[in-house]
Amino acid sequence: MRVSVSWLREYVDLPADLPTGDLEQALVDLGVEVESVVDLAGTVTGQLVVGEVLEIEELTGFKKPIRFCRVDVGAANGTGEPQEIVCGARNFAQGDKVVVILPGGVLPGGFAIGARKTYGRNSHGMICSAKELGLGDDHSGIIVLPADTPAKPGDDARPVVGLDDVLVEVEITPDRGYALSVRGLARELAHALGVPFRDPGLAPAPGGTAEPAYPVEVRDTVGCDRFAARMVRGADPTAATPGWMARRLTVAGIRNISLPVDITNYVMLELGQPMHAFDADRITGPLVVRRAEPGEKLTTLDGVTRTLATEDMVICDDSGPISLAAVMGGETSEVVDGTTDVLFEAAHWDPVLVGRTARRHKLFSEAAKRWERGVDPALPLVALERAVRLLTEHGGGTADPAILDLDHVRPMSPVTLPADLPSRRVGVAYPPERVVSLLEQVGCTVARGPDRLAEDPGEVGVATGGGDVLTVTPPTWRPDLTDPADLVEEVVRLDGYDRVPSVLPTAPPGRGLTWQQRRRRAVARSLAERGLVEVVAHPFTSPELADQLGLPADDPRRRAVRLANPLSEEEPLLRTTLLGPLLGILRRNLGRGHRDLALYEIGTVFHPRPGVGRPPAMGVDRRPTDAELAAADAVVPHQPRHVAVVLTGDLEPTGWWGPGRAAGWADAVQAGRDVLAAADVPAERVEARATEHAPWHPGRCAALLVDGTVVGYAGELHPAVVAALELPRRTSAMELDLDALPPAPLAPAPTVSTFPPALIDVALVLDESVPAAEVQRTLVEGAGELLEDVRLFDVYASPQLGAGRRSLAYKLTFRAPDRTLTVEEALAARDAAVALAAGRFGAALRGA
Amino acid sequence: MSYRNDPYDPKQVALLDPAALAEAVADAEKAFAAAADPDALTALRPAHLGDRAPVSLARREIGALPPAAKSDAGKRVNEARRAIESAYAARAEILEREQAARVLVEERVDVTLPYDRRPRGARHPLSTLMEQISDLFVGMGYEVAEGPEVELEWTNFDALNIPADHPARGLMDTFHVAPAEGAAAAGDGSGLVLRTHTSPVQARAMLTRKPPIYVIVPGRVYRTDELDATHAPVFHQVEGLVVDKGITMAHLRGTLDHFARAMFGEGAKTRFRPHYFPFTEPSAEFDVWFPEHRDGARWVEWGGCGMVNPRVLRACGIEPEVYSGFAFGMGIDRTVMFRHGVSDMRDMAEGDVRFTRAFGVGA
Repeated sequence: MRVSVSWLREYVDLPADLPTGDLEQALVDLGVEVESVVDLAGTVTGQLVVGEVLEIEELTGFKKPIRFCRVDVGAANGTGEPQEIVCGARNFAQGDKVVVILPGGVLPGGFAIGARKTYGRNSHGMICSAKELGLGDDHSGIIVLPADTPAKPGDDARPVVGLDDVLVEVEITPDRGYALSVRGLARELAHALGVPFRDPGLAPAPGGTAEPAYPVEVRDTVGCDRFAARMVRGADPTAATPGWMARRLTVAGIRNISLPVDITNYVMLELGQPMHAFDADRITGPLVVRRAEPGEKLTTLDGVTRTLATEDMVICDDSGPISLAAVMGGETSEVVDGTTDVLFEAAHWDPVLVGRTARRHKLFSEAAKRWERGVDPALPLVALERAVRLLTEHGGGTADPAILDLDHVRPMSPVTLPADLPSRRVGVAYPPERVVSLLEQVGCTVARGPDRLAEDPGEVGVATGGGDVLTVTPPTWRPDLTDPADLVEEVVRLDGYDRVPSVLPTAPPGRGLTWQQRRRRAVARSLAERGLVEVVAHPFTSPELADQLGLPADDPRRRAVRLANPLSEEEPLLRTTLLGPLLGILRRNLGRGHRDLALYEIGTVFHPRPGVGRPPAMGVDRRPTDAELAAADAVVPHQPRHVAVVLTGDLEPTGWWGPGRAAGWADAVQAGRDVLAAADVPAERVEARATEHAPWHPGRCAALLVDGTVVGYAGELHPAVVAALELPRRTSAMELDLDALPPAPLAPAPTVSTFPPALIDVALVLDESVPAAEVQRTLVEGAGELLEDVRLFDVYASPQLGAGRRSLAYKLTFRAPDRTLTVEEALAARDAAVALAAGRFGAALRGA
Repeated sequence: MSYRNDPYDPKQVALLDPAALAEAVADAEKAFAAAADPDALTALRPAHLGDRAPVSLARREIGALPPAAKSDAGKRVNEARRAIESAYAARAEILEREQAARVLVEERVDVTLPYDRRPRGARHPLSTLMEQISDLFVGMGYEVAEGPEVELEWTNFDALNIPADHPARGLMDTFHVAPAEGAAAAGDGSGLVLRTHTSPVQARAMLTRKPPIYVIVPGRVYRTDELDATHAPVFHQVEGLVVDKGITMAHLRGTLDHFARAMFGEGAKTRFRPHYFPFTEPSAEFDVWFPEHRDGARWVEWGGCGMVNPRVLRACGIEPEVYSGFAFGMGIDRTVMFRHGVSDMRDMAEGDVRFTRAFGVGA
């Protein structure tokens, strides 16, 4: 909301020389977010003067009609001669008073005005629109000053158009609807600066009369608990909106429409009471306020025909709905050019219903914004009085003495507040007198005692501790003050947040991170230290991804959580594997010229629970039961944390030291082992096993197992996947489920023997289909206790070994804990190892 | 060949002549001095100290001398030999020293050659900052609490005093999860959302723990904002929650001041502005005074906070008559941005390795 300070000054006695910075701080200190404070006097420099159009010459032959004008600017141009100005607007006539900026002036945005040749003529300055002067968004034409403007040609135009004012644009939090008005902001400023405030909401207004202004029936007093109306007859349909009112509406971003409509908007901005003006001649029969019936339609003022829902509140006449109550009026009953009899309506609507209607019809009008945030139900008659006076003053006509007021508003509920609660919640000692005085400042009625707690145990967050108890009745404009905590906030807000001291509480002794959290960090860090770069990808994926990854039809990763309102219709799913988004980031890096990439991500994947419905409805007036919570959580998708790695290009670059090393399937598998090692899973419980699993290459994919359970996969990606995702050949990847890993055991310390080792190499020739891992396991098993270490140091195949056979060469280290091994002992252990391998796989000692 | 009993023959013993010995010494010294390296010197050894060297031949001739002359001659030969030996040793030492020095020169390399055979990896700055913040609070006795990213509407909104028709729900541009296929007929949606803030973890912390509760909640959150320089549909928050007896707003402020100093240096401090959040009452937004801001020391908007709304405590099974609490939260992405001078939010999400590598592995 944007208002001018001159308007605020009508109701609050701001210091005459209040610096804009102080004004901003005062609002911020009270919780009003200030978007901007603009001192208009400084926004246009140079000569901005009133001009009178003497002559208009129409220039033709250009893309659009252009006017060459001679404008009387008095003596402002130094010569007294008419100023020659080219103008593209057409909404003015000879004799009109306009606003002219002379050469040398600068408009907002640094737009400097000079004398220049344009459309074949010399233009000495510019005739300004409201937008050009920073006064609003209206650029449909230049500003034409009302004929009765007292200013003469050559006078400074700033005070005439309001450029001597200060504009404040504020953002209002959802709880404080009253501040969406001059009334509310003036009140806040009065609190902040300690200056007098005259509440326009308490202005005298006549009450309802026995004879209604117009026959009205309210059939739903929950949706509409107050409906008031007054009539002005015989108003001049040609009467113009006064300039000051038009300017204030423009500044607030509201279009000028017609005098009666402008008045309703003006009163809304001033008091916070949204209103509506009907053309009394265009409604037929009594008005009925009710819920819409199924299938009813209404064309609202924005020209959109809307199908109403049964929850929408509508105002009807004999023809059916004529207004979407509280949100937007209808076309058929709106004030038009010839309107003379105006029926002003000011009502009070249910905020929840209005909010739903606004969201349902995506109609976030200024009125809806205020209703949703709460409107003072005491305002309708005051607002009507203000509107009727404004219309009769500026548009003539007579106010009908009949006043309709159907009032079903319930009184504000008092709130019980222990007088010491603010002190106990805030940590500042507020004496009870201070609490009372601050609450009275915001408009509450405060009674001290008696203790109402016994009769009203339903209040939230109250424990008196035996002290004074206050009974606080909030003012009608503060529907947000329902709980003691709300009152506590008012006390600390008005007393000043800067008075809250800084005290560090003492937490009970903690237990540090959980083992899962420590493990995740260890994994992340170890991958980074191994040269991989961490990414944080967005988890949105496309339905096509499952096909691109070649997932089988029954693959569980095809069942994904779907968003009802995705940002992109192409990516409505949440990832079931980290690889999709991660490969996307790999591709983006490739697109930016990187060739050698090793990336990883640790993040959640999302697996919907099959066959679940909605979570049970749970209230908030008590803790849900454990059964309810369990039933609700059973609906929440399974979201395990995965880690994934993708590799392409060289893992080690070519350099002066020699050639580089391309990343491949083995690096991906090793990355998996590295992750498991970093997670403290003992190596002997880890196993890699050849498998076929999308999106990996069927001959180059390892399942990673811990204690015989698959926890992930690694290897080279399937060539078809590489092609579908436009990745470099041999791109490799690893993904495993960190949440599937068992907790790390306490590592038993080994016995470190100080006796010398015996080193023996063996080369075994066997069928190449025998996995190296099994051969090694067999050697370890066969060699027995004396084997300290076994290391595969060569893999070799040649025609001499026979087709389909290969040689695996191992370095065996034997050592005893208590003695130096003899050659015979070591050889015996080796022979046992070889014998087991020979028996199991037909392995032969090479060269034997 | 001469034999012990051979008659004395002055010609045969010419090598024992003092002049001859002196010459042998001089020859040796001259030759040694001319040797350029230890190998050349070693090659000279046989000629001057070997079996056929003059001093060796001279020694043999001592036997031919009359007994009276033997002692004298022996002494002369020994002296000559010692002189040669010592000249040899002296020269050897010099040459070896020279050679050692020469090797050091010859083995010189260009130590500025790059050797980045193992490319450098990096942690994402969002991850490192979340860990750093967690560590700070763990050090103060807090637990790091976690929760699901696809969350119940109840925990994301209702439990936090944001009922279905509350305007605050509309302000949080929420990703809703589509109902499971076949369930769409129900028409009421899935009851699930991508969490719009880390606050549902507050609710979960209170539902599963008994006070005193001191938790810190770093995590990923979602809003339906298109990715641009200042918005992202996926971003990160960290949230703190304390529920205990006698907790006041002063404790909230003290905690945030401590946090600010740990993050932004001893000169940092906080400033509260009244604000509105449904889940806290009173509520505030807070700014931090950041002395090292790249555009000069200044106040920076940092996050939101307040005293836990008693309605939230009640919905989560904590007696508001006995306990009070505070909560605070701030954007991690935003904090990384103003701390490190990142000007475009997209840099955090796009995963360009040049961006991330600049932050290293993180200490």
